[in-house]
This record gives sequence, C-alpha cells and structure tokens, in this order.
Amino acid sequence: MQRKILEEIILKQGERKSLAHITDTDSGDEFIFTRSSKTSYPELDKEIIDCLRFDRSKRVQIDNKNFFIDVYNPPLKLLIIGAVHIAQHLINFANNLNFECILIDPREGFANKERFADVKIYNNWPDEVLPKLEIDERTAIVTLTHDPKIDDVALDYVLDKSCFYIGSLGSKKTHNARIERLSKKHSKKKLAAIRGPIGLDIGARSPAEIALSIVSQIISELRL
Amino acid sequence: MAISDHDIINIALEWKNKGRKVAIATVIQTWGSAPRGVGSKLLIDDLGNFEGSVSGGCVEGAVIGEASDLFKTGKAKILEYGVSNEMAWEVGLACGGTIMIYLAELN
Repeated sequence: MQRKILEEIILKQGERKSLAHITDTDSGDEFIFTRSSKTSYPELDKEIIDCLRFDRSKRVQIDNKNFFIDVYNPPLKLLIIGAVHIAQHLINFANNLNFECILIDPREGFANKERFADVKIYNNWPDEVLPKLEIDERTAIVTLTHDPKIDDVALDYVLDKSCFYIGSLGSKKTHNARIERLSKKHSKKKLAAIRGPIGLDIGARSPAEIALSIVSQIISELRL
Repeated sequence: MAISDHDIINIALEWKNKGRKVAIATVIQTWGSAPRGVGSKLLIDDLGNFEGSVSGGCVEGAVIGEASDLFKTGKAKILEYGVSNEMAWEVGLACGGTIMIYLAELN
C-alpha cells in the first residue's frame, strides 16, 4: 500500500466519508473509490457500490483480474437520549464497539463531564440538537429517560429518518402509551420499528446488564 | 483499550512516520468458519511489533514470519491458511476454516 493512499483513507475517515480501497492483488495496483468514482469496469463499479452499501469487504474476479475491495465506512453512530445510569454502561460498551456516541439531555445535573467523561454531550432538548446531526442508515438511537417530554420529541424526529435501530426504555405499559401518543403523527408501520421494551430478553437486572441487552439488540439489528 | 480496525490504519501511518518498515496483512477471503472477517488487518513492523489480527491467534505467528521476508524482497504476496495446509500442525486454523491473506508493505 502506498503511503499517500493510506493518508487519503485516514483523511476521508476523519470527514466521515465512505470509500473503498481497491487493490489488484496480482499487480499491486491500487486506488481509492468514492461514491462518485468510476473504473473502466462497470461490473467492478457495481460490486464496489454493493460493498459500500452492505459494509462488506470482498475479493472479486473480473476480466481475469483479481481485485480486493476494502470498505472504509465511517463509524456507526449511537445517539443516547437521557444521561441516566444505564447510559453510562451503554456508552462503555458502545465505545468498545467503535460507535461514535452522542449523549443528549437538557438536564445538566444528569449530563455532565463528571458523570460522562468519554462521550460528546449536548445539554439541549432533542429537537434542538437532532436536526443539526447527520442521521442516516448507520445511526442507532436509544431513548432512556422515559419522560415523554424528552423521549417523545426525539422519537418524533427520528421516525422520519433512516436509523437502523430505534429503541425506547420503558415497561410494556409505558411503551403502549408512547405508541398511542406518537400514532397521532406517525403510521403504525413506522412505530413498529421502535424496539420497546428495549433490549434482548436476557433477564437483565442491573444497569450494566440492561445496557448489555440494548447493545446486543443493536448489533443483532445491524448484522442479522 | 482494544484496537479496532479503524485504529489500525492510523497506527500504520504512525509507525511509518517513525521510520519503521511496515507490513499490512489483510484477510481478503474466507471459506467455512473463520474467526476474523474479510478486511481484518494485522500490522507488523521491522522491529517485531504487531497490532490487530487476521485470525483468532492461530496464524499470526506465521504471517509475522512472512512479513520479515517481505521486508527483504518488498514483494507483496498472497498467503493461504487452512486445515488442508500441509503446515496445519503448526499454523492451521483450529476452527476448520480457510483464510486468504494479502500481505503488502506500506511504501
């Protein structure tokens, strides 16, 4: 690999841009491919675009040549609404899984650097911050306050976005009431995407165990 | 903290900037059960340091050995490891899978 290619990959990653690094593994020739690029092989272009979409690196044989398509997508993003105890554990797990975590809670007593050292914090209402963030199919959101004043505004906003995961903390009763409130503005189909009660059923009890069940559900939604 | 695949390329540049020779081993294809997916990387320098992984620890030693050859010849190569490999006793994958690795120097 050439140093200038490596530097370009690092630069583009910093800018949160998707790219593929293509190597002809017979000749060693290599180049960077972004969404607007084109090669002289339409078949290869199609393969690369699929790889970028599915976040999957792949070796392909085209026209008697062997190409390795190495995908570099920006890190997955996790938006956490509510700087509660579970959020502390959730952020630990998610940081280890290389998620870019963003914590949103207007209550400064909850969301502060004392309680949350390793995360970007916004002390704003979700509807003030969310429109400023890039929310796409590589974004997951979790609402943890179970206060409708905070959680509902976040859900209301992201239901119209393409997040791969939406989860909301709260009992079945809380969740049903939440769906009832949101159904005034959103279709049943969209609301069915909200995972609630949140997390995989692993019998979690402590905040750390609940965080584990949430992060497991996020990964299963992404990979299965 | 554990090193992620995203960090690996940053470490590669850091090592190169320190004037070391750096080899990047990348899993380019897998068959059957394989512990690390396609795109996983192992970084090796000429001082014997390494970061990341291309398997669950089964073939890293062999790949590091190949890297020292690469530092002499500078020629990128493809390596294959699996249970059918004649060196299976030493570097075979216990999981029964086969992996193909592209090993190249950072120039």
